[in-house]
Amino acid sequence: MKLDKVAFSYGEAPLSFDVEFAGGVITAVMGPSGSGKSTLLNLVAGFETPQAGRIWIGGKDVTAAPPAQRPVSMVFQENNLFSHLSVEANVGLGRSPSLRLTGADREAVQAALARTGLAGKEKRLPRELSGGERQRVALARVLVRERPVLLLDEPFASLGPALRQDMLDLVAGLQAERSLTVLFVTHQPEDAGRLAEAVVFLEEGRVSAAGAAETFFGGAGPEAFRHYIGSKRPIT
Amino acid sequence: MPFSRRIDPRILAGILALGFITVLIGGALAGLVAEGWRDLSGAVEAFDPYLLRIVRFTLWQAALSTLLSVLPALFVARALSRHPRFFGRNLILHLFAVPLALPAIVVALAVLSLYGRAGYFAGLLSALGGGEWPGIYGIAGILIAHVFFNLPLAARLFLEALQTVPADQWRLASQLGMGPRAAFRLIEWPALRQALPGVAGLVFMLCVTSFTIVLTLGGGPRATTLEVAIYQALRFDFDPARAVALTVLQVGLTFVVVLALTRLGANITGDANLPVAPRRFMSPGRAETALDAGLILLASLFVVGPMAATVAAGLEADLVRLAGEDAVRQATLTSIVLALLAALLSTLLSLALVMARRALAIGRRAGARTLLEYAADTGAGFVLVVPPIVIGAGWFLLIRHSADVFAIAPVMVVTVNAVMAMPFAVRALRPAYDASSERHEKLCALLGISGWTRLRLVDWPVLRRPLATAFAFAAALSLGDLGVIALFGSDSVQTLPYLLLGRMGSYRTADAAGKEPRAGPRAPP
Repeated sequence: MKLDKVAFSYGEAPLSFDVEFAGGVITAVMGPSGSGKSTLLNLVAGFETPQAGRIWIGGKDVTAAPPAQRPVSMVFQENNLFSHLSVEANVGLGRSPSLRLTGADREAVQAALARTGLAGKEKRLPRELSGGERQRVALARVLVRERPVLLLDEPFASLGPALRQDMLDLVAGLQAERSLTVLFVTHQPEDAGRLAEAVVFLEEGRVSAAGAAETFFGGAGPEAFRHYIGSKRPIT
Repeated sequence: MPFSRRIDPRILAGILALGFITVLIGGALAGLVAEGWRDLSGAVEAFDPYLLRIVRFTLWQAALSTLLSVLPALFVARALSRHPRFFGRNLILHLFAVPLALPAIVVALAVLSLYGRAGYFAGLLSALGGGEWPGIYGIAGILIAHVFFNLPLAARLFLEALQTVPADQWRLASQLGMGPRAAFRLIEWPALRQALPGVAGLVFMLCVTSFTIVLTLGGGPRATTLEVAIYQALRFDFDPARAVALTVLQVGLTFVVVLALTRLGANITGDANLPVAPRRFMSPGRAETALDAGLILLASLFVVGPMAATVAAGLEADLVRLAGEDAVRQATLTSIVLALLAALLSTLLSLALVMARRALAIGRRAGARTLLEYAADTGAGFVLVVPPIVIGAGWFLLIRHSADVFAIAPVMVVTVNAVMAMPFAVRALRPAYDASSERHEKLCALLGISGWTRLRLVDWPVLRRPLATAFAFAAALSLGDLGVIALFGSDSVQTLPYLLLGRMGSYRTADAAGKEPRAGPRAPP
């Protein structure tokens, strides 16, 4: 996946991204607030259109493709579910946006729910679930959509530490099973260190550093990165 | 965030809705211009002293009505806000919402049956005044009916303003030991003063464009407003030139008022929500409580009176005989069918505008609003400048040469009332739709949910209730319509209000009072 001299401005601050992401691995996207992490993901997902430059995914130019036609699934921090639809229906939407499901689709939904630990909760409404369970539903939908790229925009930021660990394990498991290309926006160095093979560090709307996670978290990362995580000692 | 590269169908729907409104209002204006052009000297000559007297009376009655509604409403609202918990408070607030939804002709009848020469209070009023009670036709009747409509409305709006005062300010006031007078001067009055121009402007606007009340309670040429004069010029004198002059004046007048209102930042569509009372940290003294209780009681009685009178008169009338009359049955059926059609059209148009506005706002990112988005945003509000009778008059003049004006009565009643209800319908729909879009827009784009599927799966569950509210309001408005049907009604197309008007005219008011309570609209939820 490649962002080729992509330029975008939201209001005043101009952003420009020229970066390549390795396929089949988890890349942590980190950086201070307002550095453009979410915008980067929105550009890849197709919620924003770049003013210049091209976006390539899997050797295809997707710059002009609408979000639903990109090989991409995204999990937001919140509002991943339609609150009036059951767990089953919310996952089913990943197969058919009009909820016309075949027998095979239903089986896929059941399997995805079982894989994400939601078996038996098919008929519940989102409000009857905990915060962690809601994000599991979103991940189940990612499974049935079967898109090779997964974008995670701080999806576990509002969960407690233990729950977050579980969710990270789940993501790591899903990534390994499907060899997904994952971009993971997070503020938590521990999360990034646990999960990511690569790190892309953003500052003021551009990529200021990129490299292997070991380098970054081994204390050999760039000065700005070490300043950002507020520690000079190795994390992992 | 421009998600889709194709034109959003929501924007197309909005353009269609705006086109519909433009044709309706534009056609009416074209009719007026054509008529004025045909007989320019006649239209100019129509500006005579009589016309000026009508303008003066229109403004005078509206100013008096505003004063009599707004001033007491200030104190009623303050009393209600000082006592956030007492038995029946919610009931009173709900009652205060009812007049807005009552058909004006029903209120006119109710006011007559209370304070008229043969009304329930006639004996008492005669005894008090010494000599026989002369009745209330004229300015007195108009004022009573206008205050009945607008005092509760103003009180609710002021109460809303008072409840925007943060609880911390009240906490502070009680800590500093402010008395009721100081609290009024330093806390309540600033909040009320901010709302005052908007509320007064809204009430003034409603009274300037009041048609039914003036027609039924004015009782003669001495108490005639522009709208009633337009009706008389077209239906009785058949003087199109005069109708054009009157209409131009009416549009000019409402335009100035609306312009002033928007300057004041008023909300010209009112509100039908029940505000939640915050906890208060001051306990009023005993004398103050008694005063407040008296005030609230008086206002409530004034509002309940006409409603009770309508119910009582309806019970007394011979409903069985009325229901057996063909004319009544036919008019009831016509009213219901037209009201349902108008409500359907109104909700569809409003929904289209709401969706288009949101889609345009999302698509534009941070730039300035386009003309289209501006139109989708305020288009519904602009119809308030053009009262129904003006649209009716324009179309009446436009097609009288080429077709039978009475044959298009159903179309006019449905379309004009649908458009008139739009400002209210839009207000009911927009917050729900925008909030839902805020949450779901990205998700829908990601999953490719759009068009009809999106309406069915995502928007309908969220919009069901506000749509019902908008539908009910539009149906109520259309059921009570007299402005349009008064122009276009005939023996072949009659609605209930039209039938009532005819019977009132022939002094069969005792009979007329039995009709509306059964078929009349209830308050929208």
